[in-house]
Amino acid sequence: MSLAGFTTMSDFIRVEQLCRRFDLSEPWLVRMIYRRPKRFLNAVDNVSFAIERGKTYALVGESGSGKSTIARIAVGLLGPSSGRILIDGHNLHDRELSQAEHRRIRQRLQMVFQSPYASLNPRWRVGNILAEPLRTFSLVDGRQAEQNRVDELLEQVGLSASDARRFPHEFSGGQRQRISIARALASRPDFIVCDEPTSALDVSVQAQVLNLLKELQHDLRLTYLFITHDLAVVRVMAHTIGVLKSGQLVEEQDTATLIESPESDYTKMLIRSAPRIRDDRPVIN
Amino acid sequence: MSAQKSLMGRFRESDFLYDFKRSPVTVVSFVIVVTLILLAVFADLVAPTNPFDAGSLNLMNGFTPPMQPNAFTGETFYLGTDDQGRDLLSAIIFGLRVSLFVGLTAVILAMVLGVSLGLIAGYRGGWVDSLIMRAADIQVTFPSILIAMLIFGIARGLLPPHMRDELAITVLIIAIGLSEWVPFARTVRGTTMVEKEKEYVQAARLIGLGSGQIMLRHILPNVLSPVLVIATITLALAIIAEATLSFLGVGAPPTEPSLGTLIRIGQDFLFSGEWWILLFPAVTLLALALSVNLLGDWLRDILNPRLK
Amino acid sequence: MSETILSVRNLRVVFPHRHGALVPIDDISFDVEKGEIIGFVGESGAGKSMTGAAIIGLIDPPGYIERGEIWLKEERIDQLGISAANRIRGRRISMVFQDPLTSLNPLRTIGDQLVETILTHLPVSADEAKRKAIAGLEEVDIDPARFNAYPHEFSGGMRQRVVIALALCAEPELIIADEPTTALDVSVQAQVLELLKRLCREHGASVILITHDMGVIAETTDRVAVLYAGRLAEIGDTQTLLRNPQHPYTKGLIASTPSVEYGDISTELFQITGAMPRLDALPDGCAFHPRCGQALAHCATKRPHMERNRVACWLYNDV
Repeated sequence: MSLAGFTTMSDFIRVEQLCRRFDLSEPWLVRMIYRRPKRFLNAVDNVSFAIERGKTYALVGESGSGKSTIARIAVGLLGPSSGRILIDGHNLHDRELSQAEHRRIRQRLQMVFQSPYASLNPRWRVGNILAEPLRTFSLVDGRQAEQNRVDELLEQVGLSASDARRFPHEFSGGQRQRISIARALASRPDFIVCDEPTSALDVSVQAQVLNLLKELQHDLRLTYLFITHDLAVVRVMAHTIGVLKSGQLVEEQDTATLIESPESDYTKMLIRSAPRIRDDRPVIN
Repeated sequence: MSAQKSLMGRFRESDFLYDFKRSPVTVVSFVIVVTLILLAVFADLVAPTNPFDAGSLNLMNGFTPPMQPNAFTGETFYLGTDDQGRDLLSAIIFGLRVSLFVGLTAVILAMVLGVSLGLIAGYRGGWVDSLIMRAADIQVTFPSILIAMLIFGIARGLLPPHMRDELAITVLIIAIGLSEWVPFARTVRGTTMVEKEKEYVQAARLIGLGSGQIMLRHILPNVLSPVLVIATITLALAIIAEATLSFLGVGAPPTEPSLGTLIRIGQDFLFSGEWWILLFPAVTLLALALSVNLLGDWLRDILNPRLK
Repeated sequence: MSETILSVRNLRVVFPHRHGALVPIDDISFDVEKGEIIGFVGESGAGKSMTGAAIIGLIDPPGYIERGEIWLKEERIDQLGISAANRIRGRRISMVFQDPLTSLNPLRTIGDQLVETILTHLPVSADEAKRKAIAGLEEVDIDPARFNAYPHEFSGGMRQRVVIALALCAEPELIIADEPTTALDVSVQAQVLELLKRLCREHGASVILITHDMGVIAETTDRVAVLYAGRLAEIGDTQTLLRNPQHPYTKGLIASTPSVEYGDISTELFQITGAMPRLDALPDGCAFHPRCGQALAHCATKRPHMERNRVACWLYNDV
């Protein structure tokens, strides 16, 4: 059963007819001389879906499908051309919002990025990286409280309090992703967009990070928008899957149904192309 | 992991110190620069006489060759005296102070200006970037000495005559500083454009930080390493620029002569046999500029990202 | 009986460093038969790319081969001078790299690059080279009409196919493919791997396929070698190894790989605790023992060597 267009009061995140167009036109002088029209790219083309609170929605697609663009619009790094994204009823891109209201919404959303190397400022100590959201949103009072919260965050992701003094380059890729996750948790958000969080990690480290994300979702009642191209990861991470192709949502189903009985040809192709290890693996313990 | 070492401990074991000690040229340059800086800073204590105190000068001491007692007064001067009887050693030490002061302050001005404009141009992009870069392009088509002279000339035209000498040093600093900001701006702009796309900047934007805060706190620390190299090289250029301007007569005034001024004075007497009045200031200037340049070269090689 | 194309014996690569030498490859031995596709799997830093670089002679200085032998058929190739090495590289051993963007010269047409490679290595005329180049393009399913197109006019997958054509055009005996499909979309990945497999069989070239992706290994290779911290953990027939892995690391690696075939939101993925050690902090004895759930007492002191059973683990070998 498709959920597109079906919205209920329990929808925590609602994406409504989202469109984002990029202007790829040549400079106007060139266009004047050669009489060429403007050229646009519809990166996101009328996408609508909803996410229930505490669940994970996966956006699956190849490069150029628009999934990263949607992720960036969801956290306010990009604006939509038309349509909107509502987080618990609030619209981040609403121009009528006051500064304070804007801040309140920003506090409730966060993002975990793909690259463990570029997502942490190499010149900042880990403690400061984690403290930044605390300071920006004035969430703690005084140095001691700040340090306590930083230590708490580090332990929550499986690192230790002494790691706060270190610099990012002293950590491995998997550990850096944990620090990114800790930073995302700092402002106690409700909604986290995970943009290919494990694509750059080795398989055994990926397992650690994915397990951590799921544990946190359960403990903190987080809602995830999970962006990925990897159907195998999606299988164990998501409740619902939306398949994106060239900016359009071509299919949307709960995980088991989509993978076992895909409807669109594109989805079938994606599932077919996913590399398989073997057909008769023992049960994962 | 092992316990955190102290800052001094980490520095002593660092690759930086290791590479430094391996390069004799660099060590020598460093020693020369530090010595000259110390001489300049403690000029009052180090120089045997104060060459600018008119009362202490004895015209009869004029044109004394180095290390030879004067025919009239019997005084000996290490590096000889100039036409007015000023001890050349003292004059050089004080001149060094002027040269270094102007050079360093001009570089700091150029650095602050260039880095700020580079950050803004790289981060903002669009028409702001175009404007700043076109200004840079235009400025760079003129030799920096000409620009410095232009600024100097305008300032002199604007200022009333009695203030000209007093403010000469300030105008000199501004003139040289304004002519050297472009390399800073261009380098910082390039690095800023790269860093701006990285995810840690996105993470900062996500929590609602403004552009100014992001540029200052996040991007600036990451674009600074090439700036140090450019600053060292620009220091050498600034010192030479100041010397050139003073040599041409539009720089440091005679009341506060720099090495360049001394060279100009010395040039007048070169062909009448009093070679030392030109040679010693010139050698000092050469040593200073060359050492700073070599240090800058070494720094650039060291700070280059290398295979780990 | 198949002939052995490549034989590596006790290879050891060292990077001298101020604080002591780093050893990215430590005592690796294996053979590659004619016409087989052998996979080298391992995580980042395991040494798989370094092995490929060592074979083709492209280790970045100050790294060097400290010990061991590499034999290409009857000829020893690890100690060649520059001109002899150049004759081998590209002609008898060629390489396919990960990034199709940087593997091709953006300023020259793909036809040009193919012809140049052919002329460098084969004693043919310019016309013959052009004919071969066009045939090469057809083989990789690229329309020969695009002979004069530039690399940027192609998509990532097509560029990688051009790179494969380049690798095959001089009729090499061995191709080293280092993560050839990692930068490509999943749908294109399958096509490119299929192409690589088919063409290598047709040309009789052996392939060393370096990757971190077990799925790629499963679908493309005949045999697989598992690398950990610069050492060989296990080596054997792909399907057998995947069905019945012996080394605890291999078991852990396979178990932690999610599959599109089963599992759901409640599945907790198997995870190997800890992380692969850095080269400057390798444990004594077996490099994997601190993370191994089945470690024995002497695993911490004695490094296991690979026996005839093709596993380097004290669980299977006598001390």
